[in-house]
Parts: sequence; structure tokens; C-alpha cells
Amino acid sequence: MVPEPEFESYYGKQIIKTPTWKSPDVPLYLFLGGLAGASALLAEGAALSDRPALERVARGAAAGGAAVGTAALVHDLGRPERFLNMLRVFKVTSPLSVGSFILAPFAGLSGAAFASQLTGRLPRLGRLAGAGAAALGPPLATYTAALISNTAVPAWHEAHRELPFVFGGSGAAAAGGLAMMLVPSAQNGPARRMALAGAAVDLAAAQLLERRLGMVGEPYQQGRPGLMMKAARAMTAGSAALSVVGGRSRVVSAVAGASYLAASLLTRFGVFEAGIASAKDPKYTVVPQRERLAARGSAKVEQPSAARA
Amino acid sequence: MSNSFYGPMADVTQDAGYDEHPPRMGFFTDTSVCIGCKACEVACKEWNEVPEDGISLSGMSYDNTQSLGADSWRHVAFIEKPLNPTTTDLGLPGMGPPGWDTHESGLPSGEDQATESGDGGVRWLMSSDVCKHCTHAACLDVCPTGSLFRTEFGTVVVQPDICNGCGYCVPACPYGVIDVREEDGRAFKCTLCYDRLKDGDQPACAKACPTESIQFGELDELRERAQVRVQELHDKGVDVARLYGADPDDGVGGDGAFFLLLDEPEVYGLPPDPVVVTRDIGSTWKHVGAAAGALFAVGVASFLGSRGPR
Repeated sequence: MVPEPEFESYYGKQIIKTPTWKSPDVPLYLFLGGLAGASALLAEGAALSDRPALERVARGAAAGGAAVGTAALVHDLGRPERFLNMLRVFKVTSPLSVGSFILAPFAGLSGAAFASQLTGRLPRLGRLAGAGAAALGPPLATYTAALISNTAVPAWHEAHRELPFVFGGSGAAAAGGLAMMLVPSAQNGPARRMALAGAAVDLAAAQLLERRLGMVGEPYQQGRPGLMMKAARAMTAGSAALSVVGGRSRVVSAVAGASYLAASLLTRFGVFEAGIASAKDPKYTVVPQRERLAARGSAKVEQPSAARA
Repeated sequence: MSNSFYGPMADVTQDAGYDEHPPRMGFFTDTSVCIGCKACEVACKEWNEVPEDGISLSGMSYDNTQSLGADSWRHVAFIEKPLNPTTTDLGLPGMGPPGWDTHESGLPSGEDQATESGDGGVRWLMSSDVCKHCTHAACLDVCPTGSLFRTEFGTVVVQPDICNGCGYCVPACPYGVIDVREEDGRAFKCTLCYDRLKDGDQPACAKACPTESIQFGELDELRERAQVRVQELHDKGVDVARLYGADPDDGVGGDGAFFLLLDEPEVYGLPPDPVVVTRDIGSTWKHVGAAAGALFAVGVASFLGSRGPR
């Protein structure tokens, strides 16, 4: 083990503020955004390849995930009645602003596509709406990584390269998993493949994240978030193995699918809580910044007054 | 528009869209003359009608405010460090140990920061912290409603009639300044007394400060004044004096409210090398784009090679 780094602090108090985002609202939204985004993609594929049962489930997941996710986001606001202010401006520096302009049309389009399929009305417009949702799906599933990593929270910010892949992969696994649960085997082949590929991306990106972050990545490995991440990883890998071995069995496929879903949910809660933990400990703010300064200081030669090592 | 996201920027107010504007205003807080009276905290609360933030005894020296937040826009930090921890405390009044010399002990010297007390010498550090009104203000950059904006004075202010309490500014701030007021739901922080500035007056805290530890003025002039003050302290042998937040080349493009400190920033609860989140926004979006593309490819590939339902 690496020895605990020494650092100074003001009475041990944290430097940055703890995010005020509520749990389960926000981690739930991170999960639902992934599920809905990838499901919209699955739905469009199902429609193109004539798999009505898969299409129905995927359209439902896209519309339902977006609706419940939006509700969770609005509920998280300090002034929920002002949620429309989110669409007042558009700023590329604010992933929440960009995300609002992804989520709002996605929720409308996926809802319209699902309603059209359920009622059989306006089928062409329904398909068009579904295609629009499918185009917005991948951005919806991955922008949430930018949302949390574009903060001063060390465990989130330093992971801004890997988190989009973790979230995208985890979203694909969730969407595939839900379809594996609810769609007969004859039509869920693409769902199995999507979940499997998503799981592979998720696991690889999470592995890379922990390796690259070093000390700042500790919260992903320790305590409650550490347990969640470990459990999520084990369940994702287990689901993948199950689906490869017995994916054509209705029961095995359903069990693997449920486990994919649960793992995806756990991943978001784990990532969320790891960030909170890293915000609360001044170590994760001070030590990396000190190391940065030291590296810069040793680059410059004359710095005798910087006596502290 | 170069360096809009990161790096030094000569005219932040113009970058924000003001063609004609007054000079950038700010604070220079010289902590070497702070006496810890907390007049700034009181004046700020009174003028801005900031609610009570909890009445409790923290055990952190005289600091019961503890940190900046939605209901504390000025916060006086108190740091007491024993100068000679090996001295036996007899509980008697007296001077420091014989031959005591701050230069030899490697600790800071100078009348401004070292005070001998009855228990063998304590080094007192006091500092009035405040919102930094960064050149690259993360809170403003991430605000999705446009509630946070850059004023004509180059300061950063929340518009409470627009804020919907999304809380994004809270973890975005590298200094931990802005926070959401729980019972209200919206985010609040120092406005650098925007209302007073509009009337040509100075902020309440600066006006109340009895030692001119808090100096208000044009930022360019304050930076020059601060350089002179640091040099003066160095000449007196106070070589621990350093400026914090005065460098336009730092991670936030320099602070509109900067400090003269007598120890490392983290001793005062300040981040040693803060960086605005927008420095990495390009890389973040690039990775999001790549991941979204990968997800799309996964979706397409999942349907390839399948002949449709059997």
C-alpha cells in the first residue's frame, strides 16, 4: 500500500463544497438516462428488423426512462416550479444546459414514438419520432458523465475521460438487460449482443479509470461506493457469462437481464457516492494540487523560498 | 475570443459582452493586518440581509462561522499554532522561552503575525475569506439558467429571481464558496455588494474593516499595491508573505478578490492550485462524443449479422 500522504488543512475541513444533489434523484437519473438512451437505439433497430415485441419494450423503456428521469431531475431542484428556466439559455460550458436540450426533445420524441406504437395512430410520424429519439439516445446516455465530471469534485473531474464510456457501456447493458427480461428469446438476440458489448465497454473503462486516477480514484475502491462498484462489476461480468452460456433460454436470459439492470443501477450509485466521498475529504483536493505545484516548481530551477517539500 | 475558457484574459468584462464598462473592481485582503474582529462578517450580514447560519461553538479557535456558504459571504479564519511545542506549560503568565527566535526556529517572524501569549508563544493567523470573483468563474460557466452573470464591474453575481436551485454551481466552485440555502432552495454567495457599487460606494465589508485588511478598488491598482506590500514584508524579514490569487496565469485566470497570506493556502482552507473546470471542457466533450459514437456503433452492430426473428 502507498503510505498516507501528509498534507495541511484548516481543522481537517473539506475545501470544496459537497454537491447538494440529492440521492436517489440524481444517481437514479444517471441510470435512467443511460437506460432510456440506449433503449431508443434498440427500439429503432427492432423496428427496422421487424421485431415488434422488442420494439414495444424498448420504446417503453426509452419513454418511461426519460419521463421518470425528468421527474427525478425536476424533483432535485431547489425550486422545481422553475424547471423551465433550464431552457432559458444554451451554454456549451454547462453540460446541464446541453443536457436539458438533449433530454427535453428526447423525452418528447420517445414518448410520441411509444404512444404511436401503443395506439397504432400516426405510424409514420411515430417512426420518425422514434428515429429522432434514437439519434439523441447515445448523447443522452453519455452526456451525464460530462455533467458530473465538469465539477471540482476530484473523483469525478479526474475521470472525465473514462466516465462517458462507463456510462455509455452501462446504459447499453441496462437497455439490453431490460429487453432480455421482457422479450421472448426469439426476438431478443440484438438485446443480448448490445448488453454484452456494453458490459465489455463498461468493465474496461472502469478498470482504466481506477488505474489512471491513482490516489484520487481511491473512493471508487473503498467504503460503501467501493463495495457498490465491486458488486456492480461482479454482477455485470456474471450477467455477461450467463447470457453467453444460456442466453437462448428464456429463464437464464431473464435472470442475466435483471442482473445487468441492477449492476447498471449500482454503478451509478457507486460513481455518485465516490464523488461525494472525494469532495468531503480535503486530501483529494489538496494532495493532487500540491503534487502539481511541486512538479511545476521543480521545472523552474530557482525556487528556494518554497521550502516545504 | 481567445482564452475564454482558460488562461490569462486582459478584459474579462469585455469578454462577457460589455463594450463599454467601468474598470474591473475587486478586493485585496491583506491578512497580515487582520485582527480577527469579524466586523466584515457582521457588516456583510447586515447590509445584504443574509440569514443566520447556525449558532454553535465549533472548537476551532474563535471561528464559529467555519466556512463560506449560502449564509456566510465573509468568513474569518483563525489559525493558532504553537511556536514552540516542546515548552512545558506551567499555566503561569509570562513571556516566551528565553532566547526564543522565530528566525532560528524556521517559523515566520515579524510583528504582524507572531504574538506571544502566556502559554509559550502562539502564532496567530487570521484571514477574512470571500468569494474570489474569478476571471474564469466555474459557477457562472456551469449555471444552466443564466442566473449567474458577469457584472459591468467584472464581478460574478447570482440573480435570485432566475436561479432554480439546480445546485450545479456548488460542486463546480474550486474554492467551495457558493452553496444552496436549504430552506430557500436557491444558491447564494457574495455579490461584492453589487448594489453599493452601482451607487459608487464600496462594499460593506471593506467599509467596516478597521485595519484596512480588506481593501476595495480597481483590480489593476490593487495588484500593484499588493506587490508593494509583499516586497515591504519581505524586506522586514517576513519571507513567508505571498500573494494568493493575484496571478492572471493561475488556474482560474486570476481572482477578482485576492489575498496576501502568511502560510500555505491550505492552512487557511484554500486550495493550493485551483483550476477552473472549463479548462477540461473540450476534452470532456470529445470523450463524450467518442463514447456516444461507440454506443451508436454498438447499437448498429447488435443488429448486424442477424436475419431477423426466427
